[in-house]
Amino acid sequence: MAQLTLPKNSTVQKGKHWPAPAGADPKNVRTFRIYRYDPDSGQNPRWDTYDLDTTQFGPMMLHVVIYIKDNVDSTLTFRRSCREGVCGSCAMNIDGRNTVACTKPLEDIKSKVVTIAPLPHQPVVKDLVPDLNEFYAQHAAMQPYLKTTTPAPDKEWKQSIADREKLDGLYECILCASCSTACPSYWWNGDKYLGPAALLQAYRWLIDSRDEDTGARLDAVEDSFRLYRCHTIMNCTQVCPKGLNPAKAIGEIKKMLVERKV
Amino acid sequence: MSSHWSDPRPLSPFTSIWRWHITMLTSILHRVSGVALYGGVMVMIAWLGAAAAGPQYYARLMGLMASWPGRLVLFGFTLALCFHLFNGVRHLIWDGGHGYDKKIASRSAWLAFILAFLLTLAIWTVAYKGLGLL
Repeated sequence: MAQLTLPKNSTVQKGKHWPAPAGADPKNVRTFRIYRYDPDSGQNPRWDTYDLDTTQFGPMMLHVVIYIKDNVDSTLTFRRSCREGVCGSCAMNIDGRNTVACTKPLEDIKSKVVTIAPLPHQPVVKDLVPDLNEFYAQHAAMQPYLKTTTPAPDKEWKQSIADREKLDGLYECILCASCSTACPSYWWNGDKYLGPAALLQAYRWLIDSRDEDTGARLDAVEDSFRLYRCHTIMNCTQVCPKGLNPAKAIGEIKKMLVERKV
Repeated sequence: MSSHWSDPRPLSPFTSIWRWHITMLTSILHRVSGVALYGGVMVMIAWLGAAAAGPQYYARLMGLMASWPGRLVLFGFTLALCFHLFNGVRHLIWDGGHGYDKKIASRSAWLAFILAFLLTLAIWTVAYKGLGLL
């Protein structure tokens, strides 16, 4: 049975409040409610609120958390690297939806209080850092590399322009885990259901004209849990910060499995 | 993950923070309406059973169904049936590989709601007119 509420050690308590800096114009101040968890404290996670002067930092949500870390509370922990939506490190739940903080403008958020939480339904290492080991293991299980049986050609494996175009919208995945951790099926069955990111990756190799392991790849996903826990809820596609469509990729895998049988 | 969380680390919030898309709502309501249809089938079995049991049983069941709570149940059954039908058509189209674009999926979700309400109202209008109540 699906668990709808948080376990005892995970309920989020009321935390600290950090007031706006003195002299800040109230019309520039916005409130941010951020999930905090300190593994050394032995205490439950808490919601800290920060009133910030928005003229003091850049336009993106990543600027907000970096500003807090540099100027307000240096203990705030999060992952970030490229700051331009190609590394996938700063994926988090912002205003109730998963996205990468670096490409999410604060201006787009209409809520009065901006909530920032780690990616949903994952074990939390600290603050906004979830443990994504299971997610990466699922990706690895899809064997995301070219598999062939014919002898390798002298130069590269050739591919027509039309066949190469079939990979557009699939190869761009940055493994930020926004999609998989957005999926209720993944929340309830994350240990058995592969999730949208791994399945998009599976499809990326299934339709690669150069790959020669299609049969085994289909066998690896044909399972009532691994693939068919997808009920086309569409949360994955709705949130993908790269604009990819895992729901469609999963639909295409289901079609391939039907076509293989007839 | 199982319902028994044994990890010493906390589980990050999910249902309590998620801001729903319309496509998430149609998905959960597809399941809810599917379960409701089981209940609706029970009502239909009761109807057939009462008809087979004799006129006094049939009259009693019809009386029960004609009461306001009874009508509410029947109206809910009709609505669940209509929604499940139209959302089922969405699933059929998806199974053919179409309609996955997020804008199209969101629009077809709204369309399933609107069509379900319209068909339900149409069925009840016809029924009420047939009974001379309208």
